[in-house]
Amino acid sequence: MKTAVIVFPGSNCDRDIAVALEQTTGHAPHMVWHRDTALPAGVEVVAVPGGFSYGDYLRCGAIASRSPIMQAVVEQAARGLKVLGVCNGFQVLTEAGLLPGALMRNAGLNFVCRDVALTVENAGTAFTRGYSAGERVSFPVAHHDGNYFADAETLDRLEGEGQVAFRYAENVNGSARDIAGIVSADGNVLGMMPHPERRIEAAHGGDDGRRMFTGLLEAVGA
Amino acid sequence: MKLRIYVTLKPGVLDPQGKAIEHALSGLGFSGVDSARVGKLIELEVADGTADADVDAMCRQLLANTVIENYRIERA
Repeated sequence: MKTAVIVFPGSNCDRDIAVALEQTTGHAPHMVWHRDTALPAGVEVVAVPGGFSYGDYLRCGAIASRSPIMQAVVEQAARGLKVLGVCNGFQVLTEAGLLPGALMRNAGLNFVCRDVALTVENAGTAFTRGYSAGERVSFPVAHHDGNYFADAETLDRLEGEGQVAFRYAENVNGSARDIAGIVSADGNVLGMMPHPERRIEAAHGGDDGRRMFTGLLEAVGA
Repeated sequence: MKLRIYVTLKPGVLDPQGKAIEHALSGLGFSGVDSARVGKLIELEVADGTADADVDAMCRQLLANTVIENYRIERA
């Protein structure tokens, strides 16, 4: 499986997710700079990492989402490219219009940095096929702006269409309907605030995140 | 030509910062503050004759996230 990690100025989970991809797929991902205008040929999965791209200026993820490489990601996502956005990456994907809604300041105003229990809502996506529906997993969160917002009609649609991938078992940031991660209507784009790439081996305190990457590998079939 | 772009949260979108300000004001003893909402003011210096449509496009494509925010353009 050929993968790529997008690197913006201020990304800080790019190497974590690169290690997770390399350990689970056996191949190091291409590290792609935000100014690049095209993805390397044959890339099947793109990770948009966590961090503070452009210092969170204007809005979290706003400026990164308008960078040249994101235009290429948006174009290829329309043709089925699998895109995983974690934390700041989720914010970038909503700002880029690849996922509905927006991530706002946490309802409690605090930066939340801790492990959080999640429920797998939809285990039928390319990203979550390694899990079972209703399964409880634990991932770390570390964010200030993870409060998922969308209008009621959009939330109803997300729930009705099975686009809610993960919910918080305990809502740590005020997210609407406890939503922690969503997939696009076509199922090829997933955004989530918690960090699966920080839970891939026992030394991390657990390996619940590993199955996201091994599942993707199975889904892509390489 | 100077423009002022006011970006504000849409009605109904929860504003935790506004809530904190509201509580802090009542903590200072100011009574009768029913609500506080926080927005942004962006000042742009643009070429004279910049078309309204271009300024509107700047707001829609970058300056405001129209999922959660409204914007208002004021020519100074």
